[in-house]
Amino acid sequence: MEYILILIAAVFVNNIVLSQFLGICPFLGVSNKVSTSIGMSGAVLFVMTIATTVTYLLHEYILVPTGLNYLRTITFILVIAALVQMVEIILKKVSPPLYQALGVFLPLITTNCAVLGVAILALGLENSTLVKAVFFAISNSIGFALALIVFASIREQLELADIPERMKGVPINLLVAGLLSLAFLGFTGLV
Amino acid sequence: MAEKLTQKQNFLKGIIKDNPVFVMLLGMCPTLGVTSSAFNGLGMGIATLFVLLMSNIVVSLIKSQIPSKVRIPAFIIIIASFVTIVEMVLEAYIPFLFEQLGIFIPLIVVNCLILGRAEAFASKNNLMSSIIDALGMGIGFTIALTALGAIREILGSGSIFDWRFVSEDANTMLLFILPPGAFIALAYLSVVFNKISKTN
Repeated sequence: MEYILILIAAVFVNNIVLSQFLGICPFLGVSNKVSTSIGMSGAVLFVMTIATTVTYLLHEYILVPTGLNYLRTITFILVIAALVQMVEIILKKVSPPLYQALGVFLPLITTNCAVLGVAILALGLENSTLVKAVFFAISNSIGFALALIVFASIREQLELADIPERMKGVPINLLVAGLLSLAFLGFTGLV
Repeated sequence: MAEKLTQKQNFLKGIIKDNPVFVMLLGMCPTLGVTSSAFNGLGMGIATLFVLLMSNIVVSLIKSQIPSKVRIPAFIIIIASFVTIVEMVLEAYIPFLFEQLGIFIPLIVVNCLILGRAEAFASKNNLMSSIIDALGMGIGFTIALTALGAIREILGSGSIFDWRFVSEDANTMLLFILPPGAFIALAYLSVVFNKISKTN
């Protein structure tokens, strides 16, 4: 039950993009086609889950016992950056088709604040355990995928719309994101 | 930088021509995430300005020592160190702001604006230009965040910098301090900004 609540909270109520504002850059950057947004979502799911697992273990068994808690930010970002590189190399070797699908998005993920954000947020969960933290990361990446894919589908339709000159490009995208976020606000109180 | 800019142009480009928020769309997460009030926007802007300035200075000073293959990780470590300093200082001296900004303080590390300036400017230019570039970009970022924060606070809670100018029981447009308001306010603000910068 607790896990279902985490899932619903992360996907709908506190959607990582639309209500917590993490990962806005890929949200606005790679959302012009549904196919690319699916690729990006897959890459985020992959990296976020592995990154949270590693950073959680690192925090629990190295940083906290040695009292080096204040090094959290530096450690986490380095781990994530190294991890992204490693995932890229391994994927290239082990599963070329998957690398083909996700490859271009992987380097972009290092500076995706959603990955670092979720790794930090996962530490603050109530009675957190490794399993719960990992589940939290997976739920959040599903939330990211949902927001990104829905947004991309709307943007594909938007190409046909007649938009005032000054609203073209960024402003209309932000406005659409705002309306989407408004829709997600309707889920408040669900959990 | 292909063309040679004067120091004044170098400073001003960050505020208007290449404004990090409205034109280059860098650092959108904190822009949207913390601007529920003008004070938070200002606080975040200044914290980012500090990190940007310090990392630009350090990168510019040691740029010739860093092998180009590991420059990005090196920049990230430099930035992360200053972010940790900001985190500790805020927690110790301005705990109220520390609570308000929350997760977005450690996330200054992944603000693409800072890494972007380190890579695109400080690693290629001398110390003085890098300081001016950082000040211009940082102030442009701070102005954008404060303006967005002020607009959301005025519309959403009827106050500015916590000074309330409508009566206690007045209805305000609560939407603007909620997440959707951030997107909508920024959308219209960038239309206005485009209009102003194009006519100049």
